[in-house]
Formats: sequence, structure tokens, C-alpha cells
Amino acid sequence: MTDVLDRVQDNSAQAAPRRAAPKAQRPGIVDCDIHPLAKSAAEFKPFMSAHWWEHMTTYGSGVRQAFASTLAYPRMAPEVSRADAWPPGGGPPGSDLDFMRAQHLDANGIAHGVLIPLRMNAGNQRNLEFGAALCRAINEWQIENWVVPEPRLHGSIQVSADDIDFSVAEIRRCAQDRRYVQILIPPRNSEPLGRKRYWPIFEAAVEAGLPIGMHVGGVSGFPAGAGTGAVSYYYEEHQSLVQAMQAVIVSMILEGAFEAFPSLRLTCIEGGFGWAPSLGWRMDKHWKVFRSEVPHLKRAPSEYLREHVYLTTQPVEEPEKPEDLARLMEWIGYDRLMFSSDYPHWDFDDPAYAFKHRMTDEQKQKLFAGNATRLFRLEAA
Amino acid sequence: MSWHVVARADEIGPGQSKLVTARGREIGIFNVNGDYFALANKCPHEGASLCKGRIIGLAEADEPGQYRLSRQGELLRCPWHGWEFDIRTGQSWCDPENTRVRAYSTRVESGEELEQAAAEAKAEATKDGKTDGKAKGPYVAETFQVSVKDNYILVEV
Repeated sequence: MTDVLDRVQDNSAQAAPRRAAPKAQRPGIVDCDIHPLAKSAAEFKPFMSAHWWEHMTTYGSGVRQAFASTLAYPRMAPEVSRADAWPPGGGPPGSDLDFMRAQHLDANGIAHGVLIPLRMNAGNQRNLEFGAALCRAINEWQIENWVVPEPRLHGSIQVSADDIDFSVAEIRRCAQDRRYVQILIPPRNSEPLGRKRYWPIFEAAVEAGLPIGMHVGGVSGFPAGAGTGAVSYYYEEHQSLVQAMQAVIVSMILEGAFEAFPSLRLTCIEGGFGWAPSLGWRMDKHWKVFRSEVPHLKRAPSEYLREHVYLTTQPVEEPEKPEDLARLMEWIGYDRLMFSSDYPHWDFDDPAYAFKHRMTDEQKQKLFAGNATRLFRLEAA
Repeated sequence: MSWHVVARADEIGPGQSKLVTARGREIGIFNVNGDYFALANKCPHEGASLCKGRIIGLAEADEPGQYRLSRQGELLRCPWHGWEFDIRTGQSWCDPENTRVRAYSTRVESGEELEQAAAEAKAEATKDGKTDGKAKGPYVAETFQVSVKDNYILVEV
């Protein structure tokens, strides 16, 4: 006896990538924010000495918060991820290269993707020697486990800003290898990133010809609410990611880091961008009053912002009138905005849907590929 | 628009859903307390597969700290950005003016009714010996009896 359903096509088990065909025909996109995850910590073992592996499995991560293996504000989505990003073969989202290819790289026409490893807060470890070992392991793991099997992906050199000597040495070691395209520093550190103690890292970055990438997060030890006290909600903490980003940009500009290192470039990743114009306007207004306090600044602060700071787009702000965002993007300049998806995290931006306003072909080319191709010295997409 | 058999009714229990394809469209069929509803499997915000989202209730508060959860199992939360949609209507509760998921009509029919409807349609087509202008071919394919015991969900697309 045959069931009625045998006459009905059932695609519920189908896992084919959504809209793969039309997207693949578009010119290649550069995605500035892809999060790879290890299936388990054991993936790092080949890249650590016996001592540090023993240390990690015995003591684990130690940052300035009470939680060793989670975030201070638990996310609304497990692993901070899209509910559909869990690989069918097991493991957490972002841990399966084949599934990442099918669901994101191939399906969304990604020609180049920049890896941003976040797990374990390698850049904020309080035990500096362990932090250095962890950074090195994560840097090598990116190349061996991701970039070698998938050359569309590129590595970020994770450093530990509190350990200046290590950071400089690690930048010099990795910069020989062009498969790394930026230096990754969290925005929340012991001190604001523009402070002079961090300048040797900037000097090494300039010497290596690599931009600094700053992805939201990090553990400063202070409450996440922009220093105003501990906030109540994840939603509230999420807003403070932008405030931390702004604080670092203000620090970098006002302390004179960009004046001292004219070729230094900073990419702010996942901190939004719509706020950048008003931040520039406010700094410029007060610079007229305070310029005698910071005589090392030779130009209006907004000029450093526009020249030195790149902003990735995800999560795109969505004002009621999309053209309002278009005006802000014009102020920032289409030569400083770069597409990012944040795959596989829950607030992923789909390149086909993220922007609600019209862009010219030239603007699209810069935002989706051209700027990042030039900044990261990639092969033209 | 036409009706399509997409699932057996007992396949989708209360609080469960099933992704089906009808006329080339991916549609999620949801069972909300015994009633069946159908929504397009595409979030109107950025296009995520809605059927992979969680089925939730409506959280409300009259003032801070006074939480109330109602309509348990009647809302669908997008697997990406968490937009919430009323499973009965496709209505968004974040942006009701501008955002709505395409909702389709559903109905449940028994196998007998489906068989009878099919037989009637066939009889209509061959009434008075007419075969809709077509001559019968020489071959008759093997046919199988169809289950008529169960109820089936139909969706109108």
C-alpha cells in the first residue's frame, strides 16, 4: 500500500544552500569577519608545547572575569550563533570547513574571507606567558586548519596587547607569511589602546605593512557598560560594544597614535558605523577649544578618523529611512567601509539583503571587495 | 492558487513543524494546539530559513520587572536576528506595519475525501466517454491502492 505522500515531493531533509545559483554569478565578495571555531580544544594541541597544553587542560583560561568558558552576558543564541549554522556532522557553528563552504563561502559568493578567532580570549589572558602560547597556537591553527585547505580564507595575527615584547615578536614572526592579513587586538584592554605603552605594537604593524583589526569584545576587567557600571541585559551589553569601539578610536586619535604612525590603519569590526560622523563632529568641535592640551594633533580629529579608520558594516544600522544611512555612509566615505558578515553568529548580515538603500556600482564594488582587497593586499576578487 | 497535499496530519504534533515544498515554494507547516498554519520559509528581513527558528511565546511587561509570557507556542523566532512572527498570520511583532511573512491557507482532509475528490475529478474529465480530447493510449501503468485511513494537511499555493 502506497501512502498519499509518495506523490508529494518532500524536501524537508534537503540541506542545499539557499539561493546558491544566482549569488555565485555575482563578482566575488570580501567578507572581513568570519569566526572559525575549534571542534574542541584538542585542535590546538599540535600547536602548543607539552607544558602549555598541560597548563591549559589543568587550569584553563584566566581573564578578568568570573567566567572561564563563557561570556559575562549569556547570549540569546547558543554559541552566539545562527540556529541554522550547526554543522549536520556535529561540532559547534564555524567548526566545519565543508559546511562553512556550503552555507556561506559558496552560497554567498565569498571570494576572500578574513578569519577572526575569538574563543578563549587569547589576547586578554592574565597569565601573559600562557596568553602568548595560546596566541601562537591560534595563529598557527588558523593557517594549518583553515587557510591551507581553503585559500579563500586569510588569517589574523592574534596578539596580547599587555605583553608588548611578545606582540612585537609575534607580528614579526607571522608577518613573513602573507597568509596573515591583519593584526588582531581586542578593544577592551588594560588601558585605552592609544596609550603610549602600546605604540611598539603599532610600530611593528607599520613595519610589517599590516593593519590592526579590532573586533568588538575583549575583557578589560571593568563592567561592560562603557565604564558606567554593570548593565542588566545582554541587549544593554550589546550596545556597549559600540561605546567601547568609540572610546578606542578617540584614544588612538587624541593620544596621537595616528600622528606618530602616518601609515597605521585600524579596522573596527562589528562595532557599527552610523555613529562615526557624529563622533568626528564632536571631536572637531572640542578640538577648537582643547587644541592647546593636545598640541601633538596637527589636523582636525575627524581627518585622522576618515583617513586611518576602516569600518566594517555588520550589523548594519537600519534607520526608518534607509537614505539617512546612505548620507552617513557618504560622510564616512565608501573607500573606508568594508562588508562583513559575522558568519556564523546570530546577527549575521546577508550580502544580498543587508543594505536597504541604493548604491552605485562603484560604491558597491568598493564596499563589497575593492577596499578590503587593497587594505589586505588580496588578489583582486 | 490550488490545494496541495503536503503532509499526513499525525506527522506534525502540537508545537512541531515540517518544511515542505509546494509549487516550488518552501513552506513551513506548523501545528499550533491542533490547528495547522503555513508560512513561507523566508524571513522578510534578510531571508533566513524561518522554519529553523524556535517556536516561542509572547513576552510582555507592563512595567520593568513584571514579566508575563502568553500565547505559548504561537510565535516563531527567526534563527538569525530573532525577529518574531505570529504563526497564525505571519505578522511581525517588531515592525507590524512593514514586515509580514507570506502566510498560506491550510486545511485538513481525510484520505477518503481526497480519494473521492480525485475520483470525481477523473469522472468529470471522462464524462460521457469524453477524455478531454485525448485518446486513450495502449498502455496502462501499474497502480497501487492509496491509504485512505489518515487525515492529510493541504496547503493552498
